[in-house]
Amino acid sequence: MIKQPIDVIVIGAGIIGAACAEALAARGLRVTVIEQETVGSGATAAGMGHLVVMDDNAAELALSAYSLRLWKELVGDHPQRHEYSRCGTIWVAADEDELAAAALKAATLSAHGLACELLDAAALYAREPQLRPGLAGGLLVRGDGLVYPPKSARILLERALRDGALLVRERVRAIEDHGVLLDDGSRLQATHVVLAAGAASGALLPELPLQAKKGHVIITDRYPGFVQHQLVELGYIKSAHAAHGDSVAFNVQPRPTGQILIGSSRQFDTTDLAVEPAMMTRMLRHAIGYVPALAELNVLRCWAGLRAATPDGLPLIGPCAARRGLWLATGHEGLGITTSLATAQLLTAQIFKENAAISQLPYLPGRFQHLLAAPAGIEDDVPLTRPLPFSAMPPTANALADGRASPP
Amino acid sequence: MMHDFDVLVIGAGPAGLAAAHAAAAHGMRVGVVDDNPLAGGQIWRGGPEQQRDARAQTLWSDLRAAANVRFMQRSRVLYAPAPKQLLVQTPDAALTLRYGRLIIATGARELLLPFPGWTLPGVTGAGGLQALAKGGYPVDGKRVLVAGSGPLLLAVAATLRERGAQLVGIAEQAPLWRLARFGFSLLATPSKLAQSLRLARQLSGVPYFANSFVLAAHGDDALRSVRLRRGAKTATIACDLLACGYGLLPNVELALALGCALDGLSVRVDELQRCSVDDVFCAGEGSGIGGVDLALAEGRVAGLAAAGLSTLALAAVKHRQRWRGFAGRLAYTFAPRAELRALADDDTIVCRCEDVTHGELRQHDSWRGAKLQTRCGMGPCQGRICGAATGVLYGWRPDAVRMPIVPARAGSIAAACDHTTV
Amino acid sequence: MNQITLSIDARSISVAAGTSVAAAIAMTGDARTRRSISGQTRAPLCGMGVCQECRVVIDGRAHQLSCQTPCESGMQVLTMRQDSA
Repeated sequence: MIKQPIDVIVIGAGIIGAACAEALAARGLRVTVIEQETVGSGATAAGMGHLVVMDDNAAELALSAYSLRLWKELVGDHPQRHEYSRCGTIWVAADEDELAAAALKAATLSAHGLACELLDAAALYAREPQLRPGLAGGLLVRGDGLVYPPKSARILLERALRDGALLVRERVRAIEDHGVLLDDGSRLQATHVVLAAGAASGALLPELPLQAKKGHVIITDRYPGFVQHQLVELGYIKSAHAAHGDSVAFNVQPRPTGQILIGSSRQFDTTDLAVEPAMMTRMLRHAIGYVPALAELNVLRCWAGLRAATPDGLPLIGPCAARRGLWLATGHEGLGITTSLATAQLLTAQIFKENAAISQLPYLPGRFQHLLAAPAGIEDDVPLTRPLPFSAMPPTANALADGRASPP
Repeated sequence: MMHDFDVLVIGAGPAGLAAAHAAAAHGMRVGVVDDNPLAGGQIWRGGPEQQRDARAQTLWSDLRAAANVRFMQRSRVLYAPAPKQLLVQTPDAALTLRYGRLIIATGARELLLPFPGWTLPGVTGAGGLQALAKGGYPVDGKRVLVAGSGPLLLAVAATLRERGAQLVGIAEQAPLWRLARFGFSLLATPSKLAQSLRLARQLSGVPYFANSFVLAAHGDDALRSVRLRRGAKTATIACDLLACGYGLLPNVELALALGCALDGLSVRVDELQRCSVDDVFCAGEGSGIGGVDLALAEGRVAGLAAAGLSTLALAAVKHRQRWRGFAGRLAYTFAPRAELRALADDDTIVCRCEDVTHGELRQHDSWRGAKLQTRCGMGPCQGRICGAATGVLYGWRPDAVRMPIVPARAGSIAAACDHTTV
Repeated sequence: MNQITLSIDARSISVAAGTSVAAAIAMTGDARTRRSISGQTRAPLCGMGVCQECRVVIDGRAHQLSCQTPCESGMQVLTMRQDSA
């Protein structure tokens, strides 16, 4: 199979794996990416491709803002290759309470140097006349945009391949110290192994604090100009961080094709990707509640995907004590596309023992007590404590989520 | 709003009408859903009462008079919101229909294969042009070339001629020796033989080319001429319309959405037309291409069986047998030849909804990979046209069917009843 | 014979009852219904509601299948030839 010594094995060629492979290969490391399906065909293909600054906590804001800057560089002069659109986001406030929340958000984003504009009702309807009457206003974040993630994943992976990376179409059966066991019985060895398998990461390492959150998405036929911005309800934040129960939130996106992408939903305790009619009905009722004319649009397709969620809503980026040489780049929940590029930079900095553009601490896997951080480095000879198995996952995750565990 | 039926029939072509008739005659509350403005499916398009076939008229007049039969025209099944329920979209509303037994009689569509110029205005399917003409599409005085494969080509040509088209030829890709064998085998089905002789009379004077197929359609903004392979030679034929189709493919989307198993390209059924899912039946072209006689026989069996009348259904089975043999001979005679797979150039569009070319597609090794990167199959036809084409061209198998099984108004999905309430 | 008057791209046309919108469009002399993503004009292909090439705007509602829609009196049909949708 692969003859020469490998520096890094990356498990997973979704947007995270592809971004990590690209960043590591660009630094001269010999990278092998292992992906059992088509590149970018998991959650990467199922999400909305929204590039959005999220500010539910400082760490999330830092990561998403930094990553958005990187996206602008990546997209650069060829936005059409990623099907990038700088559509901006309008956070819609249904009532005065939500408008107050919007004002707080505006202050946070502005303090971070991000352009945004608070909209009263008149300004909101001037921009988006399709919204139902009676809303209080909103917050326009101009720098947000969207891409078509399968293409971006492919572009990143191709850059890695041009820098000497290899793509292996195989299934990883197990992660070992400094290597992996493949389904065909063969082994690959490397100094570093990066686990970037999204919702499937938990199958390889059950001790990871990951929970699958199923989401449904709907796409319509082409209706150019129907809405101009990605429209998200401020109530989304309440829904997105619920730790249990099914929920839907208003989230609508105009694709460059003129098609309207409609989300979003969250369900726990299921890894079945079958589309559930009842969730479709609920999601559409909710969306039509915000944009009545949506009812007349033709829905072409519905699908579902699995987000990999951690108890505190922040991804796992950094060393993992479960195996020697193991790094994690997973648990990005609903923000994987946005934060993929920053993830790759943070991971690369850690492997090279450098400082990154932002603090790495909030995302270190070691913040979950049983996952001790290994002293990171290319020479790895420090004996590690084996982690406790993380068996009964959902209740513990819920408890942590409700309490919003703070980083060490 | 919910509507309850003992037997719900999807499709008002010969199989669906025969099934509805059999079930209704035995007292079942029957619903019939069809996406066209009038019943009749493809072969009886324009309404059964308009057809020369007496069977159409008899079925229709009985069904129309029946108080226990409800027709829903211009209505499409979107998906199953719950077991034994279907969400159906009408022109202005959405209905949730509940059924005891479901009969899928959704018929067939044409196999359309890409060739250079096939996207030009003026190029249609063969059955496609016949269907359009029956809806009033002007063909009077137009020079029409009918091409592709199957006995349908003759019926199409005859219909067009009746409406004033000037038939410049019929090009059949099957080789002559297979056609001769098929013709001889019609002796086993006298009514089919009589039908062919009638067609031959109606088409006297029209050039018929066996062993011939379309290489390319030419024109700037509309069709001007067709380049044809005729045996060993090539000919260019000037024409206004090209009606080209390569046989029929069962419409299996609804059956698949309900979890029914297939046998090859058609829905698997047992002796009583039962599918692999309880209380679901399939009759007509959906369970195997075989023409109107087979469809009527199967519809009757399915209708009786769905009404719980297995004995009567089994008695009706013997009428079906003769037509099964015919169906087998059809498939063998008109199987598409290998050259049809190689007609597309790199810049020939294969996915018409998303304008994806053969050159882009052949770089991928699976339907899913191609779909994600090129959008092939993601358009409003939901992969029906390109799915069949890529199956023939690259051997790809499409994804599982997901809801909605046809483009659906968002409001229809939003209006689906909560199945926990009545 | 029952005649129906409707408008196609703002031009009035009279057709027999039972005529499909696709047929009425063809009767104007230009059968083309829409423009594809790369700008090609298209006309109906399959005639039976599968291919989606016959999509037009009917009474303000886009993406209607003209081959399966019967003409109605006063109908306003806009072909999608001009758009790139």
